[in-house]
Amino acid sequence: MTYTAWIILTASLVGLSCGLIGVFLILRKMAMMADAISHTVLLGIVVAFIITQELTGVHMLIGAIIAGLLTALFVQWLNSLDVQQEAAIGIVFTTLFAIGVILIEAFVGNAHLDVQHALMGEITFIPWNRITLPIVGSIPKAAAILTLVFFVVLLFIIAFYKEWKITTFDPGLAASVGIPVLFMHYLFMSLVSITTVASFDAVGAIMVVAMLITPAASAYLWTDRLHMMLVISGLFGVASAVIGYFIAAWIDTSISGSMAFATGLIFLASYLLSPKHGLLAKYLKPEETFE
Amino acid sequence: MNEVVLEVKNLTAAYQKNTVLRDVNFQVEAGSLTGIVGPNGAGKSTLIKTMLALHPVLSGEVHFFGSTYKKVKKRIGYVPQRGSVDWDFPTIALDVVMMGLYGQIGWLRRPTKTHQRMAFEALDKMGMADYANRQISQLSGGQQQRVFLARALVQNADIYFMDEPLAGVDAATERAIMKILDELKAAGKTVMVVHHDLQTVADYFDHVLFLNRTVIKHGKTNDVYTEDNIATTYGGSIRLIGGRIGNVVHPVKQ
Repeated sequence: MTYTAWIILTASLVGLSCGLIGVFLILRKMAMMADAISHTVLLGIVVAFIITQELTGVHMLIGAIIAGLLTALFVQWLNSLDVQQEAAIGIVFTTLFAIGVILIEAFVGNAHLDVQHALMGEITFIPWNRITLPIVGSIPKAAAILTLVFFVVLLFIIAFYKEWKITTFDPGLAASVGIPVLFMHYLFMSLVSITTVASFDAVGAIMVVAMLITPAASAYLWTDRLHMMLVISGLFGVASAVIGYFIAAWIDTSISGSMAFATGLIFLASYLLSPKHGLLAKYLKPEETFE
Repeated sequence: MNEVVLEVKNLTAAYQKNTVLRDVNFQVEAGSLTGIVGPNGAGKSTLIKTMLALHPVLSGEVHFFGSTYKKVKKRIGYVPQRGSVDWDFPTIALDVVMMGLYGQIGWLRRPTKTHQRMAFEALDKMGMADYANRQISQLSGGQQQRVFLARALVQNADIYFMDEPLAGVDAATERAIMKILDELKAAGKTVMVVHHDLQTVADYFDHVLFLNRTVIKHGKTNDVYTEDNIATTYGGSIRLIGGRIGNVVHPVKQ
């Protein structure tokens, strides 16, 4: 495959996984949590690097899961001590992120891992950092990890579909029919963490938030059914990646920036044109009334 | 006296530093229909949540059917306040009712046609068959409440807790819900309902539990539903209208 094809494929995998996870972030009203985890996984990556001196996939994924779970645990803990949810998230993620930054500068000082890279990603280098796998042969490492993460996310969403649905819609009922609400919460946080860390190389900590939140928020405007929202959100994620790449190629600018910008364009289009909740539809026909 | 199905002993619960419930004691008999009444902030919702382990118990005990909540979870149904969920969630009425069955369906299994039929029958019972495929945000408040009731019905529990099912609903929904409550009672089920309308308490419930941080009075409606007990519970803040007990105005959400 060509250099361009690998970049588009990698970015599309980011869009797809983030699009799926994003649906539950939006519906669980946890958009801020995505922002937090996208920063704290940096700490996980740095610690994994310091311990193993490697930046390979599996260590990074484990480090990210631990960092993500710690974030969720600390937020929950502060919250139980009477600190507001939003404030708790702000305190935890800035502190953990800061520790990550300090550790990078103090112990790592390596060309492969710097703060700039962590924040903005470096998708242009992805096609050169390759790994050789059986059957498929030599492919970019990031694409391999993202494929793995995508299948993990898909598997968990399908396997626990009804549990995600009920714990998201009505956690009180879920608990009362015997579904472990807190366990599902931490499982979900783990999925957010691995999706984020796998997307990290491609788009960085700031852009991954755009990929997590915006396609799902756009999809919410087009449908009233959960499974359709998942499909549409995934497609919007992929579309953002492709459109973003061509914007970047056209005006010769940052690829990850353009992709995040493309998610915004899709949201704007959805907001204006969606048949159900769009501005245009509301203008053309008056609000439906109850009978 | 019937079998005691629920026994609460010295129950205390708090929100952060504020004790909301202290030393709550009562027993409920099988087949009774109890109205829980009390002013705003009396701890009515907290009482239900604490009994169902959705809110931590500071001290005291709750026994269902002589056993712990965990062991008999499947025999207990819960209808939360309508305002406790986001009705913009992307799903339809039938799906919400089916959620009542998710505990029985079990891990890694999908709802089958049988589950769908059960959910549909419950909706039909609440007069909502025509709205089965309606997006839930497109339902009126009363219809949403009926969906919640249908969801409780499919659980086929033996004891039900309902948090303000009659708050802010239309007259038709109120009638439909009361008909179902009477049917549940006739079938030997036990029902406890947080209720806000003092005018209808005597018509609707055979037992009353007056609550204001603790149990003020609990017993058969005929025996305990007196002006004295109401005045004690509400701190004398009620008005008497034409000899009948006046309505204490509550906002729908607490």
